[in-house]
This record gives sequence, C-alpha cells and structure tokens, in this order.
Amino acid sequence: MSLFNVLNIASTGMNAQTVRLNTTASNIANADSVGSSVDKTYRARQPVFAVQAPGLAGSGMSGDDKGAGGGVNVLGIVESNAPLQMRYQPDHPAADEKGYVAYPNVNIVEEMANMMSASRSFETNVEVANSAKQMLQRLLTLGQ
Amino acid sequence: MPINFQTAVGVHEQALKLRSYRAEVLANNIANADTPGYKAKDIDFKGLLESAHSSSDKMRTTNSKHMGGDYDGGTSPELLFSNPEQPSADGNTVEVHKEKAEYLRNSLEFQTSFRFLNGKFKGMKSALRGE
Repeated sequence: MSLFNVLNIASTGMNAQTVRLNTTASNIANADSVGSSVDKTYRARQPVFAVQAPGLAGSGMSGDDKGAGGGVNVLGIVESNAPLQMRYQPDHPAADEKGYVAYPNVNIVEEMANMMSASRSFETNVEVANSAKQMLQRLLTLGQ
Repeated sequence: MPINFQTAVGVHEQALKLRSYRAEVLANNIANADTPGYKAKDIDFKGLLESAHSSSDKMRTTNSKHMGGDYDGGTSPELLFSNPEQPSADGNTVEVHKEKAEYLRNSLEFQTSFRFLNGKFKGMKSALRGE
C-alpha cells in the first residue's frame, strides 16, 4: 500500500532533519568552546544525507523492487576541515606558548541559515505525512 | 446481466492506485530535498492510466461461466526525471515549492477519484436494495 510508504518516507525525512538540527545546536552551543591544543578543539559537525535504498521503506506497485524510493538516510556525521580561529589571548589559561588560543571553526551565520532550512524542511515533511493521513482516513470510509 | 465490478467501478480504481503511488514518489522527492546529487522523479500519470485501463491482457472468457481475470496493468510504473528550472550547485534537482504544489494537487485528485469510486459503490448499493 503506497500511502503507508508515504508515512515511512516522511518519517525518514523528519529523522534526517532532526539529526541536522542536532548538529547545528551542538555547533552553536560549542561556538566558543576553546581547546588547549589544535587537535582537541571542537570542530563544526555536519550530517551527510543520501538516498535510502527503495527496498527498505518503499515498495513497487506490483511487488517488485522498483519502488518510488525509500526516503532519505543519514550516512554519518563529518567534521569540518576548515582552519580553526587562532586568537591572540596571552592571558587565557588555554593559551599556547606563543599566546594563541584555538577557537572552533564554527560559522554562526552558516549555522543559523542551516537551522532555518532544517526546520522548514521538517515542517514540509510533517505536512506531507499529515495529508497522507487524511487520504488514508478518507480511504477507510470507502463504501459507507 | 449480472453486476460486474470491473465495468461498474471503471477507471477509478486504477486512478486511485496510481494517485497513491504518485504520492509516494513525491514524498520521496520532498524527503530528499537536501540530499546532494538527488534527482527529482515523477510518473507519467496519463500514459500509465491509459495503459492500465486499456490493458489487452485480460483473461479470455470462452464460456459464459468463466470469470474475467482482473489484470491491473502489470509492470511497475516507469519513473521519469524532472527538469529543474533553477539547478542547484550540489546536483540536487528537487524544487520544494514545485513538489509541494504537485503533492497538494495529487492529494486533491486522489479525493476526486475517491468520490467517484464511492459514488459507484453507493449506486450499486442502492441498485441492490431496489430503493
């Protein structure tokens, strides 16, 4: 039944956007977390999205595997390779011998834009699930 | 003439089936709106409905007691890629506003098909009751 798959697909979308929102929250919360060395400093994290194989959530109309697709899948979370911000703060307890402190490479403007995009995409998926629900409920009244 | 579901219900059963399949395809596009490299897909509704309705592969009835097999058009529908108006840098061709509008239209058309189908059943019911 295709309409139940719509619910599955929308839930994979909501799940992916929640992961994205989580990484954004983590990045913003840690935007000023200094580290004592370059290796230990927090780096911005981003999820990697990929298409999910159709067999997992969706199914073809006549039973074979050529379905509409199975929604979206979060492959993993990667850390940004952008250079860290080195600020000259000799009085800081975490400063190195030259007086520099490593700040995370989080770009707050990017993260805010990411957050808005993620929450809009989440809302869209909720709307899709809602109208699929209405279609299913309507279908249950067939013949009445 | 006995009441034959195949002829009484008509095209609306297949239309409803295709509508719910299209809802799945469009929901998948919307879910993958942020996936890099994803290509938006859709189905050719008109062509599929025509091929499903006029399927010539119905079972032959050579005796009046044979029942016509109901064949729903067979193979799973072919997915086509849609061309984006404004392609994005990451290779994704989903345009969410377009997909949302198509999804909305599809769900309204689903309700229309549903009403027709429901009306057919209501008509059959009242014919059976003889009201």
